[in-house]
Amino acid sequence: MIDVADLLPPLLRGLWMTLQITAGAAALAVPAALLAGLGRMSARPYLSWPSACYVEVFRGTSALVQLFWVYYVLPLLGLRLPAIWAGILVLGLHTGAYGAEIVRGALATVPRGQAEAATALNMTPRATLWRILLPQAVGMMLPPAGNLLIELLKNTALVSLITITDLTFSAQLLRSETFRTVEVFSIVLVMYFVVAQVLNGGMRLLERRAGRYRGRA
Amino acid sequence: MTAAPDRPVFDWTYAREVLPTLMDGLAITVQATLLGMALAVTLGLVLALMRRAPLRPVSWTAALVIEFVRSTPLLMQLFFLFYVLPVTGVRFSPLTTGVLGLGVHYAAYCAEVYRAGLESVPRGQWEAALALNLGRWRTMRDVILPQAIPPIVPALGNYFVAMFKDTPLLSAITVVELLQASKIAGSATFRYTEPLTLVGAIFLGLSLAAAWAVRRVSASGR
Repeated sequence: MIDVADLLPPLLRGLWMTLQITAGAAALAVPAALLAGLGRMSARPYLSWPSACYVEVFRGTSALVQLFWVYYVLPLLGLRLPAIWAGILVLGLHTGAYGAEIVRGALATVPRGQAEAATALNMTPRATLWRILLPQAVGMMLPPAGNLLIELLKNTALVSLITITDLTFSAQLLRSETFRTVEVFSIVLVMYFVVAQVLNGGMRLLERRAGRYRGRA
Repeated sequence: MTAAPDRPVFDWTYAREVLPTLMDGLAITVQATLLGMALAVTLGLVLALMRRAPLRPVSWTAALVIEFVRSTPLLMQLFFLFYVLPVTGVRFSPLTTGVLGLGVHYAAYCAEVYRAGLESVPRGQWEAALALNLGRWRTMRDVILPQAIPPIVPALGNYFVAMFKDTPLLSAITVVELLQASKIAGSATFRYTEPLTLVGAIFLGLSLAAAWAVRRVSASGR
């Protein structure tokens, strides 16, 4: 008879893979969201069009379809990625597309006068963006970004379907080896729940720190 | 494996051949989305009302269920239902299990939407209903909900589109929906490019159309 404690080590190894993929995809999603979000607001069509296409395509199709496309179709076109990189790439770009809308929405809430004042002070557009607009918008971005991070964590379960041994895949392996379905799946659900709560708490701490940059209208 | 030199990167003839198979899959996808959403809006309202119940154990249970369902992966929930329900003696078809999973998952999101709608109804409405001697049930059904629901229709619409895009997960519990239909077509010929690209295009087209419809509805509501 297998003890519940024996179920934990393989599940913890799976959890470690899930955390690595979440971190990798988040690291890709942040620059993708900033670039596409700013690109979409640009007046230059050669910046705004590609950004809009990226955002609409990745938001308009299913994450799993994107994952299968990269995993099954790209090799046929001559580009073969290891499963783990395919997972990080797709989840990062998928999350980045949703993040781009957060960036755009947050920048739109910074009062117009802030940009006008920066222009009046003869600041370059680049300095205006980095020193005036973004620091004030960050506080608005963090709460929805926290929700998006939880969505990303949940979406990493999809990589189990392209043979990556993440938490969900480990659960399936363990289920077929031990037949302790109820225990294994309950532990795994609780693990996801706990990680989500920890991420939530971390984002709340960040929000408190970022709030102080906000200016007045 | 690389593409044979005499075969184009995207073979339109083959694409046209697999299209009927994909349409059968799409029918299942649409069915799962509609039934799942019907379950989600119903169960979501129940959860939202439980969340506001004066009885602490009821409201705490609802809050815990909502938070737990929202912070665990839909795929894992689907596996849980698919493998655990039979153990308890409940036998559902894969599609029914999938609809149940989608419905419960999105009910948790819909509950939060309903909550926002209920909170937006001014307190005076409750007080007026009380003054008119209406019961709690009548107040809710005839006074509060008719005012709480119209403003949240766009938000519910967005979750409808999101659920549509989550239906490919049902392929993992053996439902032959759009994605699974394309994988079966692809594995028969080892040509995945056309079926999988078509699936992507169908999803993109339908979800852009749906998002446009949601925007239209929310614009006409104002």
